[in-house]
Amino acid sequence: MSYFEFLGQYGDRIASGTLITMALTVLSALLAVAIAVAAGLMRMAPNMAVRGFATVYIEIFRGTSLLVQLYWIFFVLPLFGITLEKFTAGFVAVGMNLGAYGAELVRGAILSVPKGQWEAALALNMSPAKRMIRVILPQAVLIMLPSWGNLLIELLKGTALVALISVADLMFQVKQINGTTFMSAESFGTALIIYYVLARFMITPFMRWLERVMMRKMGRA
Amino acid sequence: MFDWRWDFTFEILPRLIVATGNTLLAAGLGYAIAVVLGLVFALAQRTPFRPLTMVVREAVEFIRSTPLVLQIFFVFYVGPQFGIRLSPWTAGMIAIGLHYAAYLSEVYRGGLESVPKGQWEAAKSLNLSTARTYFRVILPQALPPSLAGMGNYLVGIFKDTPMLSVIGVAELMHTANAIGSETYRFLEPFTLVGIIFLCISLPTAALIRVFETWVRRKLGLG
Amino acid sequence: MDTTDVSAFPLRLEGDAIPMVSFKKVTKSYGNLVVLDSLDLDVAEGEMVTVIGPSGSGKTTVLRMLMTLETINGGVIYVDGEPLTHMERDGKLVRADSRHLRKMRSKIGMCFQHFNLFPHMTALENCMEGPVHVLGMSKKEARERSEELLAMVGMAEKRDQHPSRLSGGQQQRVAIARALAMRPKVMLFDEVTSALDPEVIGEVTNVIRRLVAEHNLTMLMVTHQMGFAKDISDRICFFYSGRIEEQGSPEELFGNPQKERTQQFLSAVKEAS
Repeated sequence: MSYFEFLGQYGDRIASGTLITMALTVLSALLAVAIAVAAGLMRMAPNMAVRGFATVYIEIFRGTSLLVQLYWIFFVLPLFGITLEKFTAGFVAVGMNLGAYGAELVRGAILSVPKGQWEAALALNMSPAKRMIRVILPQAVLIMLPSWGNLLIELLKGTALVALISVADLMFQVKQINGTTFMSAESFGTALIIYYVLARFMITPFMRWLERVMMRKMGRA
Repeated sequence: MFDWRWDFTFEILPRLIVATGNTLLAAGLGYAIAVVLGLVFALAQRTPFRPLTMVVREAVEFIRSTPLVLQIFFVFYVGPQFGIRLSPWTAGMIAIGLHYAAYLSEVYRGGLESVPKGQWEAAKSLNLSTARTYFRVILPQALPPSLAGMGNYLVGIFKDTPMLSVIGVAELMHTANAIGSETYRFLEPFTLVGIIFLCISLPTAALIRVFETWVRRKLGLG
Repeated sequence: MDTTDVSAFPLRLEGDAIPMVSFKKVTKSYGNLVVLDSLDLDVAEGEMVTVIGPSGSGKTTVLRMLMTLETINGGVIYVDGEPLTHMERDGKLVRADSRHLRKMRSKIGMCFQHFNLFPHMTALENCMEGPVHVLGMSKKEARERSEELLAMVGMAEKRDQHPSRLSGGQQQRVAIARALAMRPKVMLFDEVTSALDPEVIGEVTNVIRRLVAEHNLTMLMVTHQMGFAKDISDRICFFYSGRIEEQGSPEELFGNPQKERTQQFLSAVKEAS
């Protein structure tokens, strides 16, 4: 079977897998951003219990493997009465894992906003919440955006693991195709190229665009 | 609902500990490959030979942007299609070693670029050879800023070894899976795997930070 | 004049008084920006020449080209009678290859504005690195030579310290010893006091004074220390936008500058100090 015949026969399945992968990526990215901001801010809270909770969360999710977390959420959580459908379990695991990494980016970026900015906001007698939202966070966003570009690529790659709990994403589809055709180079090779295209020609340009938009908003372009 | 069985826990613990040995071995071997190959990738990108530089640059980008688990499948299954049979261990080590070599080459690149231009000029003014300049002047200075990144990826490769279970490498995750399907109990094996990972990765990360300070002091850069 | 064609230049300088350093119609540009425009400059053996001028006048480039840190766009530089930037092949001058450059570089030593000591080596190791690994000297011999030179610059006691533990003035003195340990015929000093605190400038200029007084080294220096330049130089070259605007003995140039730009520059410097 030539490669074109291969594509003709399995193109639909590869395309539907790619769509699932993209959906997983978007959903887990939204979750990761929300968790990252929440956990990152909580990590710097004055209240020790809040800070402790965020620290434990971040250390557990950064200290163990995404695959372990995925299996745990999918196989063990139901024993506690929380049953997630596999697609949901998939993007929740990826989002929670990358959210923990993102939390450290948020914290790092906030800490690297120059001290003078905090002092200036204080001098204007802004409330702590105003200080954070009006002055510090916008600058922190600009600082951490480039690192988020890399993190989102990690996230895209992470979604491939949900194939192991049988979510029908790109990885799952090519694994199935390989199982029936034994055309490993064609099936896995095609998937590698699709992931590469998603990372380099969708995520990276999107993040560059976002950086430019933010820069313009902040008057730095 | 909280159905944790301690007798079962102690029954499976020895098996998991043995498998932890395999996990550490896989991480160690893969890292050794990555450390060396990564340096080759980094230095290849600094040669004046443009085609080589570009090919290596693109390869590194490609490896970094695609999922490791897919690369593991690719290496393991594509060989036999062309008559090359690789054992799960060999295929796994090639895939994970290559993957992290790509990451480490970026770490090294950053380290090399952090060495001030004046150091190259001073080496030139003393007429040091290119090899001598790299090994005696540039690399010792590029190493300390690279250590943090290298340490992160050491912990990273350790945490990625469970992916090797997909081609049947008998590491920790694979063993926990096997226990689960034999006994229909997932709570204990999967939770233990998580705890074992935490118990290794957290102290390792702390140790790496200590080591980093030690190296800086040793090189007189502290 | 197109000076990229080097066929008109001699394969080597001959005659009775061969200058130690000779720039012949040397041109350097970055894109459209001409940094040096057809420069002719000879420095005799044992001569101390100081290059002064406003920033951007190309004065540092002169030293960097001589150290082969910059390539040139036209003309030829000769050191000790032999071409530096070019070499002879089949009776013609062609661009120097790396072997030729390495051979010629051994005649030249340089000290930098920011010292550029190797931070992971002690003062002594910095000085021994070149003699052992480039000149192939034994460790014992290199150590003796380095210790001697460190003593000369007054750094014998600090020889086992890393650069991070030394003051700027001390680092620069070690850097001078390091360059001298290679026994160069020509020494280049590129704004060696510019990065120093005022109170330690003297310890570095004193070392250079001693070098001028006691050794027959050929030296080229770029500096902003006019008083120092006046004291020790045999000749001063005033650079202005890539050319030598005026040159002469310190007495002539500082005492009775002929060109208007020289006068303006000197009075501006005087006002600032």
